[in-house]
Amino acid sequence: MPPTIAGMAERLTRHDVLKVARLAHLHVTEEEVDRFTGQLSAVLEHAADLAALDLGDVPPTSRPVPLVNVLRDDVVRPGLERDEVLAAAPAAEDGRFRVPPILGEGL
Amino acid sequence: MTGSAAATDVAADVRAGRRRAVDVLEGHLAGIEAREPDIHAFNLVLAESARAEAEAIDARVAGGEDPGPLAGVPVVLKDNICTRGVPTTCGSRILEGWRPPYDATVVTRLRVAGAVLLGKTNCDEFAMGSSTENSAFGPTRNPHDPTRVPGGSSGGSAAAVAAGFAPAGLGSDTGGSIRQPASLCGVVGVKPTYGRVSRYGLVAYASSLDQIGPLATTVADAALVLDVIGGHDPADSTSIPDPPAEPLSSVLGRGVEGLRVGVVHELTWDANPDVVARVVAASAALESAGAKVEEVAVPAASYALSAYYLIAPAEASSNLARYDGVRYGLRVDGPDVDAMFSATRTAGFGAEVKRRIMLGTYALSAGYYDAYYGQAQRVRTLLIRDFEAAFDRFDVLLSPTSPTTAFPLGAKADDPLAMYLMDVATIPANMAGIPAMSVPYGRGDDGLPVGVQILAPALGEAAMFRVAAVLEASR
Repeated sequence: MPPTIAGMAERLTRHDVLKVARLAHLHVTEEEVDRFTGQLSAVLEHAADLAALDLGDVPPTSRPVPLVNVLRDDVVRPGLERDEVLAAAPAAEDGRFRVPPILGEGL
Repeated sequence: MTGSAAATDVAADVRAGRRRAVDVLEGHLAGIEAREPDIHAFNLVLAESARAEAEAIDARVAGGEDPGPLAGVPVVLKDNICTRGVPTTCGSRILEGWRPPYDATVVTRLRVAGAVLLGKTNCDEFAMGSSTENSAFGPTRNPHDPTRVPGGSSGGSAAAVAAGFAPAGLGSDTGGSIRQPASLCGVVGVKPTYGRVSRYGLVAYASSLDQIGPLATTVADAALVLDVIGGHDPADSTSIPDPPAEPLSSVLGRGVEGLRVGVVHELTWDANPDVVARVVAASAALESAGAKVEEVAVPAASYALSAYYLIAPAEASSNLARYDGVRYGLRVDGPDVDAMFSATRTAGFGAEVKRRIMLGTYALSAGYYDAYYGQAQRVRTLLIRDFEAAFDRFDVLLSPTSPTTAFPLGAKADDPLAMYLMDVATIPANMAGIPAMSVPYGRGDDGLPVGVQILAPALGEAAMFRVAAVLEASR
C-alpha cells in the first residue's frame, strides 16, 4: 500500500531534508535545514490536493508529445572541438578532464 | 515604452537600404547606456561583436544581398541560451565565466536571418523563479516601475524589450517564464508548442516542459521571430518533424470571425479583480470582432500547479546533477572527488535551486516515487485530456497570464510557495505541451500592465496569433 501524499507531507522531517541534501551532493547548515524543512513542507502540503484524486486507472504522462526513437545514418561527423571543451573545464591534463582522487590515496 | 522601432520595420528598412544596421544598433546602445544602470536587464552587453555583425549586414546590403528577415534587428538572448565563446551563466555562480563550445540552434537561426546579437539577459538562476530575483548577479527591475519586479524567469529579456533596449528577445518558458514577465512588463511573450522550437543549446531545467520563445513589443514581431527560430532540428530529438509550413506572419490579418473562444473558468476568476476585468474586456473585444465567446471548464487545471512543482523539480534534480565541477564552470576542490562535488554544488547553487533539487530528489526517492512523481504524471494525463475536450468545442482559450500585476521587489522572496502561485495560470500549457502567449491588454488599478493569455491546441499557433492580433488592434 503506497503512502498517501497527505501522510507524507505531515512527516517531512529535518532527517528527510538532511538525507535528500546528501543524495543531491549539497551541504546544508543547521539553519538551512530548519528553513528548507519548513519551505519544502509547505510545497508538499499544497501538493496534498493531488492525493484526493482517484487516478488508479489513469496512465502516467512523462512527456507532452509522443516520441519515437530517432536514428540517423551511421556516418562519422565532427563533434565539438576538444581543445575548446577542455579549455572550459576547471582542470584538464593530457586531453582529459582532471579530477581529485576517486578511490583514495596511492592509486 | 521608449524609442525602439518594431523589428518588422527595422528589417524592412535595412533590407531596402533606407537605414543602416549600424545606426539602428547605435541608437539601441545609447538607450542601454542611459537606462541600463537602473534596470539591470543584461548580464552581458555585446557591443563590440554587435557592431561587427551590424557592419557585416550593411556590407551585404550594399553588395546587393538580402541578409534575411531579421536584417539588422538587435535581439537579446536569455542567459541560459548557449552562445559559442560568449559567457552563458544561467544566472548562476556555478557557470560564471563559462564559454559554451557551440551555439544553440536558435542562435544559429537568428544569425542566418540577419539578426544582430545584442547581449545576454538576466534571469532567475537556471530559470527557476518568477521575479528574476533569484539571479546570482542581482535582480532586474521593471521598466514601468523600478521598485517592482519584471517577473521571471526571463525577466531580463522582458525588461530589455519593454525598456526599448531591443525590439525583440528570446526567453525560455518551463512554467510561464516567458509569458509571466511579458505580462508584468507589458510586452508580447510566446511559449510555442513543445517541440516547435529546438531546445538544442538551451541549458536544461525540466526537459519535458522547457521551450524557447520570443518576446517583442508587437504581435507581428513575435510572429516574425518565431517564424525564424521554429522548425525541425535533427539535433533535438523532441523537435517536431513536420511543423506547419505556413508562416505565422502571414495569418495576422485574418481576423477572428466565427472563431470559438473559451474563457477558462479555473484559471480566471481567482485572479485579482482588476486583472479579471481586462480578460472580460478582451472577451468583449473578440465578440465584437465576430468571435463566439463562452466560459469553459478545464477541471484538471486546478491541480496543474501542484503537479508541476513535483515534476519540474524532479526533472531539475536529474538535469542539474551535471554541475559537479568536472567539465565546466566552478570547482571548489576537496580531498576526494565526492567532497569536490559537494563543495562545488554547495558554493555554486543559490537557495531556490537547492530547494528545487532537494524537492525533486525527495519526490523521486524510494518509497515516495509513486505517491508524488507518479501521481503528478497521472494528473498530467488528466490535464491533457481536459484540454483535448475543451479544444473539441473551442478554437482557442483565454485567461489572465498572471493573477496580479508586477509586485514589489522582495515581496515574496521569503515565501517560495507564494512565488510559485504566480505561475498558476501559465503552468497548464507547459504540462500539456500546448502553445500559449501573453498579450498586453490595458493596465491594472495600480497603472501597471496586465497581460491576457491565449492558449491553443498543439501546433495551433495560427489561431492564437490571429486572436492576439485582434486584441492588439482593439486596445
